[in-house]
Amino acid sequence: MPGPFAGFKWLALVNDWSVFAEGFIQTILLSALGLTLALGLGIFFGLLGTSHVKLFKLLNRVYVEFIQNTPLVIQIFFLYHGLPHLGIMLPVFVVGVLGVGVYHGAYIAEVIRAGVESVPKGQLEAAYSQGFSYWGAMIHIVLPQAKRISYPPLTNQAVNLIKNTSVLAMVAGGELMYHADSWSSTNLYYGPSYVVTGLLYLSLCFPLATFAKRMERKLEVSS
Amino acid sequence: MIKVQGVNKFFGPLHVLKEINLNVDSGEKVVVIGPSGSGKSTLIRCMNLLETPSTGQIVVDGVDITAPKAPITKVRESVAMVFQQFNLYPHKTVLENLTLAPTLIKKISRDEASESGLAFLERVGLREKADAYPAQLSGGQQQRVAIARALNMRPTVMLFDEPTSALDPEMIQEVLDVMVDLAKEGITMVVVTHEMGFAKQVADQVIFMDGGTILEKGSPEHFFTNPEHDRTKLFLSRILR
Repeated sequence: MPGPFAGFKWLALVNDWSVFAEGFIQTILLSALGLTLALGLGIFFGLLGTSHVKLFKLLNRVYVEFIQNTPLVIQIFFLYHGLPHLGIMLPVFVVGVLGVGVYHGAYIAEVIRAGVESVPKGQLEAAYSQGFSYWGAMIHIVLPQAKRISYPPLTNQAVNLIKNTSVLAMVAGGELMYHADSWSSTNLYYGPSYVVTGLLYLSLCFPLATFAKRMERKLEVSS
Repeated sequence: MIKVQGVNKFFGPLHVLKEINLNVDSGEKVVVIGPSGSGKSTLIRCMNLLETPSTGQIVVDGVDITAPKAPITKVRESVAMVFQQFNLYPHKTVLENLTLAPTLIKKISRDEASESGLAFLERVGLREKADAYPAQLSGGQQQRVAIARALNMRPTVMLFDEPTSALDPEMIQEVLDVMVDLAKEGITMVVVTHEMGFAKQVADQVIFMDGGTILEKGSPEHFFTNPEHDRTKLFLSRILR
């Protein structure tokens, strides 16, 4: 009986490399669009959270708490299996972008809120005292300072988002994890399939995580 | 220039300003003193609407800033404020701190704003720090930059909210010197401070606040030599020693 990592299994994988390449590209696309959506939602809801208007704060809390305290898998299942019952059929790629985008948007909203709240209140007051509007003060004074503090945790969110796209495999998402899973379930060559897949995720996430660490160190030095 | 009429301010159940009436004439230097918690900072912060009065009216240069939809950002362009904690923009250089609002808000050209900014830095003795960042300056230097930043808006009123209270003792004088120099001009000044020497030297009117009310107001001569209220006498005896 050949072991899980027998040589011919690796050869089979090399022969079918295009399957993995297709999944890898889908994962990159999904991550890029998901991250764009997550950033948009995160900045919008994060700023709502820093508002003094109670309704805005409430909207921020409902979004953040609801999304952060339910599993991503259930949210994806809702989009994929639930929405069709309401007459909304989304292509699985859209389910993926929406799923990870909305999920990480909630985490990014907290990063943005914390970043803005870390800027001393006096900064906004100084800007107001010079005639800046709320948005003028935000754009020119507060957000540039919040940005520096928010970069490392934002990069961590990007890393988590990339890894979490693998959840799409459960609804035939067409991304890397799905292709690895379906390829190896037909020939049972699970060993090489999952090792290579893991390394491919690593190749995306490790540079980002390293970048985040370096920025964190730089921030420590400059403060 | 500034008319405060029947102003009350509540923070939750706290009644921090009680029926305040005050007139500041154009060009007048008004110094507000009083123990901490007396409401003096809240009062000066109402004058540019950083705090909104709960009731009452404040008119600045003919504009009722307490009216709904008052053009407050417009009014703030000509009412500059200097803060206890300086509040310079840490991500901008000293000169950028001076030119940011004039170029973005008042739409003055960058060259013109830089030129006048450098002149004001010269005046507060910090022209050579134009390209430094605020964090590289001492507290006294930061506050002088903050004054130059306020001046570069060409304001008609300058509000000072305890400008020397966060400074090391040996840096207080350099800031006061700049303020005394400034007081020689026609600009209207409202200064919340504990610096009695400054009050004696420049004030046209001294206001003593306690417990959210104006207990006593008058000329420095009256105020320091012949105060009416026992509370004022007690305060002065403690602070002048």
